[in-house]
Amino acid sequence: MRPAAVVGTGQTHHAAKRLDVSMAGLCREAIDRAMADAGVDWSDIDAVVLGKAPDLFEGVMMPELFLADALGTVGKPLLRVHTAGSVGGSTGNVAASLVQSGVHDRVLAVAFEKQSESNAMWALSVPTPFTMPVHAGAGGYFAPHVRSYIRRASAPEHIGAMVAAKDRRNGARNPYAHLKQPDITVESVQASTMLWDPIRYDETCPSSDGACAVVISSEPTSGRAAWIRATAMRTEPTTFAGRDQVNPQAGRDAARALWKQAGITDPLSEVDAAEIYVPFSWFEPMWLENLGFTDVGQGWKLTEAGETEIGGRLPVNPSGGVLSSNPIGASGLLRFAEAAMQVMGTAGDHQVDGARVALGHAYGGGSQFFAMWVVGSEKP
Amino acid sequence: MTRPLSAPLDVGFDYTRSLGPTLGRFLSDLRRRRVTGIRGSDGRVHVPPLEYDPVTAERLHEFVDVAATGVVRGWSWIPEPLEGQPLDRPFAWALIQLDGADTSLLHAVDAGSPEEISTGARVRVRWRGERVGAITDIECFELSDEPAEEPAEAEDVTMVTTPVTLHYTHSASPTEDPFLRGLMEGRLLGQRCPSCEKVYFPPRPACPTDGVPTTEQVELADHGTITTFCVVNVPFLGQRIPPPYVSAYVLLDGADIPFLHLLLGVAPEDVRMGMRVEAVWKPREEWGPTMQNIDHFRPSGEPDAPFDSYSQHL
Repeated sequence: MRPAAVVGTGQTHHAAKRLDVSMAGLCREAIDRAMADAGVDWSDIDAVVLGKAPDLFEGVMMPELFLADALGTVGKPLLRVHTAGSVGGSTGNVAASLVQSGVHDRVLAVAFEKQSESNAMWALSVPTPFTMPVHAGAGGYFAPHVRSYIRRASAPEHIGAMVAAKDRRNGARNPYAHLKQPDITVESVQASTMLWDPIRYDETCPSSDGACAVVISSEPTSGRAAWIRATAMRTEPTTFAGRDQVNPQAGRDAARALWKQAGITDPLSEVDAAEIYVPFSWFEPMWLENLGFTDVGQGWKLTEAGETEIGGRLPVNPSGGVLSSNPIGASGLLRFAEAAMQVMGTAGDHQVDGARVALGHAYGGGSQFFAMWVVGSEKP
Repeated sequence: MTRPLSAPLDVGFDYTRSLGPTLGRFLSDLRRRRVTGIRGSDGRVHVPPLEYDPVTAERLHEFVDVAATGVVRGWSWIPEPLEGQPLDRPFAWALIQLDGADTSLLHAVDAGSPEEISTGARVRVRWRGERVGAITDIECFELSDEPAEEPAEAEDVTMVTTPVTLHYTHSASPTEDPFLRGLMEGRLLGQRCPSCEKVYFPPRPACPTDGVPTTEQVELADHGTITTFCVVNVPFLGQRIPPPYVSAYVLLDGADIPFLHLLLGVAPEDVRMGMRVEAVWKPREEWGPTMQNIDHFRPSGEPDAPFDSYSQHL
């Protein structure tokens, strides 16, 4: 496998409603920034990989058809990737594999969501016949598993609020973030409405319009490169007897494969920044454990000690993460792009000083799709 | 073998579409009885206007007024129009190259009969009286070599609403079918995997772990343990139970996988993991092939189950 690097990243200004642009215009806002960052033109791009969350979210079947012109794919290969909320991450990994394998020299990965054109909660709660209609979107799905985590790890109740306050404060440093709440506190999060007990309003991701794009290349095209040291994806069924919903096997397996491929034996010491898919605050400690940054039951202690803050031992979501911007289809690629920005030193006010190795992570479905990559400033 | 149970599943939503500057101009102009194209990098005029050039992928800016008259470049006759199509009588779908355009627009031609229309025929726009800024502001095209109606003043549009409706017939699987018929008799029928011996309720056609068909039917009692739960306080579109309510995973005694159901008869703040519960059935005359025959679960009053007895089901 030959080396591949992220050579440019771009994203939109994320907002609840981007009524000023079409879906094509939204994608291009991110793409044009990524290509300018990479210093490349359309003639430099060999193929395009598109990611977007389930079609019911926007009511557009196969958006790749009508976006072909806007994505500059005429006369080039275009692939669509489809793994629910993890799709942005999977899109990055598929694009990386096309370069690493030698199939293409430069690939554009783009992912988007225009959530304001629809209602994701409705789309996730379709009333299937013969079943009990107790579902309530993603929050209602994940809340019982968060409760299970709190019980199993004996985690104190304020951890979720700490994560939410930290990510929203980080988001205030990110010019592209949807939510910017520099003055948020643990107390104000705890005072917010309980939506899906034990998940509060301020512990829940927003619904955003936004897009993200990255250019992946076999050779640097500008002065900067985030070398892809490892990629991993794993999948498991939504339900089966004995399934661990708190610490899914697919996530553990993907992380183990990722660290091995990256040559990392002690992730907590060797990773300088992590962009982890945390749509509900409690998923920070849950995924810290699932990813092997801590032992099982210990993730919340890293959060409680402030070690996941910018300046801590492992800054998690310095960009503000999914809790600050959630254009679902793009959210995974945003994690991957933000990880690349950290090691390229282009993260601006949310830059982690001296970051040389960073993790990008995404999950989707009922915690059943996992996609992750490790990027570094050194060419492998 | 009888056909598995099936039921309608209707899904519909009024999606919105932000138009952006290019499509916004096109649809705003249709409202004014004007047709606008855009010039590509190779000089061709595209109608409808493209946001990005198909040759260079650059954003296009040069709008071009084209005529509301043109020529049929190809067509297909629709003898029996479907619901939602532009006309309720037989018509032609046609590719129409408007005068001044280099590409063709797909629209309906109200031609009366297939004998009346031909490739090369001259057509003009029949404008809708009430125009909203949508492609349907062109009611259809009609065979004519006369000019179309004059333009009129109208406000810009920035958004269109596109209702999408899907009508499915949802069929139960052959394994689900006896489970649903059991529910009609007030029985809870699961299936045991012959390999790992886990009992699935509701049953599956195959064990997700071993990949083998589940064959042994297991009848379960209507009581069990709450493994975990959440309190739904949030209202949402299409919700069928008014909040707040407790959505709980119920592990029936003898089953190896919990399922989601409603927990009532207890204040949400008093619900606990490990709480023992029993089913409250609807009146028998209301039963159908659905888990909703169990109206809800309620605490049974037994002591809570120890954590270890259900911790492997979280």
